[in-house]
Amino acid sequence: MVLKKLFIVLIIFFNAITFAVNDEAILSSKPEKKLSEYGLFEDLIKQIPSAGVFPYILHSTLFSDYADKERFVYVPKGKKAKFIPNEVYDFPVGSVLVKTFSYPEALNGGKKLLETRLLLNQESGWKAHTYLWNEDQTEAFLKVTGFTYKSMQVKRNGELLSINYRVPNQNQCKECHLKNNEIMPIGPKSRNLNFSIEYKDKKANQISYWLENEMVENHIPLDLIVDWSDVSAPIEARARAYLDINCGHCHMPSGSADTTGLYLQLTETDNMKLGIFKKPVAAGRASGDLKYSIVPGKPDESIMLNRMKSLDPGEMMPESGRTTTHVEGISIVNDWIISLK
Amino acid sequence: MKKYIKISFLILISLNAYSEIWEIQPNDSSQDEIQEALILAESGDTIFLKEGIYDLEHGLSLDVADVTIKGSGMDKTILNFSNQKTGAQGLIITSDNVVLKDFAVENAKGDAIKSKGVENISFLRIRTEWTNGPDSKNGAYGLYPVESIGVLIDECVAIGASDAGVYVGQSEQIIVRNTRAEFNVAGIEIENSYDADVYNNIATNNTGGILIFDLPNLPKQGGKNVRVFQNKSFKNNTENFAPEGNIVGEVPKGTGLIIMANRNVEVFENEFHDNETVHIAVVAGDLESGDDAYDPYPQKVKIYNNNYSNVGSDPDSSRGDLGEILVDIAGSEMPDILWDGLLPISQLIFGQPEDEKLVIKENEKTKFLSLDVFWYIAFPYFHSSERDKNLYNGSIEKLPAIKEWF
Repeated sequence: MVLKKLFIVLIIFFNAITFAVNDEAILSSKPEKKLSEYGLFEDLIKQIPSAGVFPYILHSTLFSDYADKERFVYVPKGKKAKFIPNEVYDFPVGSVLVKTFSYPEALNGGKKLLETRLLLNQESGWKAHTYLWNEDQTEAFLKVTGFTYKSMQVKRNGELLSINYRVPNQNQCKECHLKNNEIMPIGPKSRNLNFSIEYKDKKANQISYWLENEMVENHIPLDLIVDWSDVSAPIEARARAYLDINCGHCHMPSGSADTTGLYLQLTETDNMKLGIFKKPVAAGRASGDLKYSIVPGKPDESIMLNRMKSLDPGEMMPESGRTTTHVEGISIVNDWIISLK
Repeated sequence: MKKYIKISFLILISLNAYSEIWEIQPNDSSQDEIQEALILAESGDTIFLKEGIYDLEHGLSLDVADVTIKGSGMDKTILNFSNQKTGAQGLIITSDNVVLKDFAVENAKGDAIKSKGVENISFLRIRTEWTNGPDSKNGAYGLYPVESIGVLIDECVAIGASDAGVYVGQSEQIIVRNTRAEFNVAGIEIENSYDADVYNNIATNNTGGILIFDLPNLPKQGGKNVRVFQNKSFKNNTENFAPEGNIVGEVPKGTGLIIMANRNVEVFENEFHDNETVHIAVVAGDLESGDDAYDPYPQKVKIYNNNYSNVGSDPDSSRGDLGEILVDIAGSEMPDILWDGLLPISQLIFGQPEDEKLVIKENEKTKFLSLDVFWYIAFPYFHSSERDKNLYNGSIEKLPAIKEWF
């Protein structure tokens, strides 16, 4: 009897070491109170992932008040994600996407962890949860109502910015991640991953690495989306890449902003739907007394740019996720509109 | 059979036992308390916002089905967004079967209350207001259900919106009744929607009282089947304060009702008085929209048994083309009912199908004017406006009432 008990304890212990990720927690209907419970990290504080959890990097990224982001993906052993052209990989149940937001400390150069967001793929679909890091930076705790980090001092482009960083509430996660009334990941599309990054063991193309580690079923080589911050790329490609990742998840058919008829995902080809000479529908004062979303050649007459520049909650775009202006993004869209004829 | 009844009775009881009431009162952490209740509530729950003023900095949202949010009265429970820092609305609802009742949303930075993509949403005795009066800096919409099926707006009050006080967009199965819309650019607007009954409302002191619109380049268009009856639309003479670029910015002040590019619209037993431009305008939508699927011409509009008095004392020709052309053609005799007379070119030449024609059955005193805008602009030699409403005496087939789904 004693032996049997010892045996069970040993098995549990052994399991805990080899399979550190807590699959049960991932599938549970109630989210864990602490981030550490999921076992996604070998070292939570240093954000060193457990075995089977891999870092990934997107080529073109969403602006979130100049926060740094670290992303990780977990696909349960024995299961594989499916490739879908132009869409996010179809991840199997039990998968997790992890995104940790941080600022470099303005004074000592260290890192201040702000929040870690989880997308858990359960039988009933994806669930979104946000974990807020404690003051001591030792653990992150579930936070459903959102939170404001007041006056974060952040150095960007040689300038010291004071940012009221806003952690979204649970419903706001859905604002961006909703497609056909279901929560969906946004970033990990093949075209946004098809390049090499530094792994623990080697440098490798992310898609090849995922194949090697048997996380994905098949691979159809696709183009790589332009990195909007790449100044050597053509301005149109940069602008479309920027609009795709920053706006296209809501501004697409069946997205949260589909009622506007303004569609900004990369695959949109109709000029009117992209906003060119498109009249606003329900913009209200956010039109800024301007007539069209985009007037070719005239950024100052284009509502789109006006809303990107605004910090007023009744005018600004995106509606959530930023409290500062994204100078680089504005400049790209500005130059693109100038280039339009 | 007896056993069956007993079991179902038990289920009812247990359902009741599980539904919870979340009571909240104004305090320093109201923001988090309300939002937490809105997230953690389960189907069947009620969130009760006790009397008082709640100062909120962030927009609120509900995404749980079958939840009721109620206050102690539209003048007692007030969600005040004067210091709003984030969120494009005061409150957004994205779940089905939600009832909102007996509270007010004041001074939201964007829209006051929006519902998006839901089935069955009820606004009962809700007030949305911008308390500084008409101002282009006010939010666009007060009560704003969009892409929703099953919309009830009953005994509400909407004041000060810089677009529409009540705005129902891209929706179906709509009832707007017993509601007062005041000091908005548009009082009540039904846009790109199907099957709506708008009745027993008061629209006054807006720029335009009631608008039934259809716009191009939207996922849902072809607005149709709207009944506007037993409303009072009067003294809608507030200067248009909409920011430019918005379609309502083209509405001349002093307009009682505008029907634009809709099909099957019935207007009856309403009272129109003291609107300084025109009581009813039936007009085409954007003729150069670039949208092949968009039909800009209103069809099957039936206007009968309404009451009109005192129109056009100070017509507004400053906004949009329509006001200007109207003033030019009508001269000193402004009509109660106006049609721009626009038709597809083929119909201008060969005539409009009989069953699509505008129908007007009003008493002898009612003044009518067809502007014949096309020839006015294209070739004034052929232009002939028409004041004889007896030419519009087609038949009226009544639309069915919207079934009360609630």
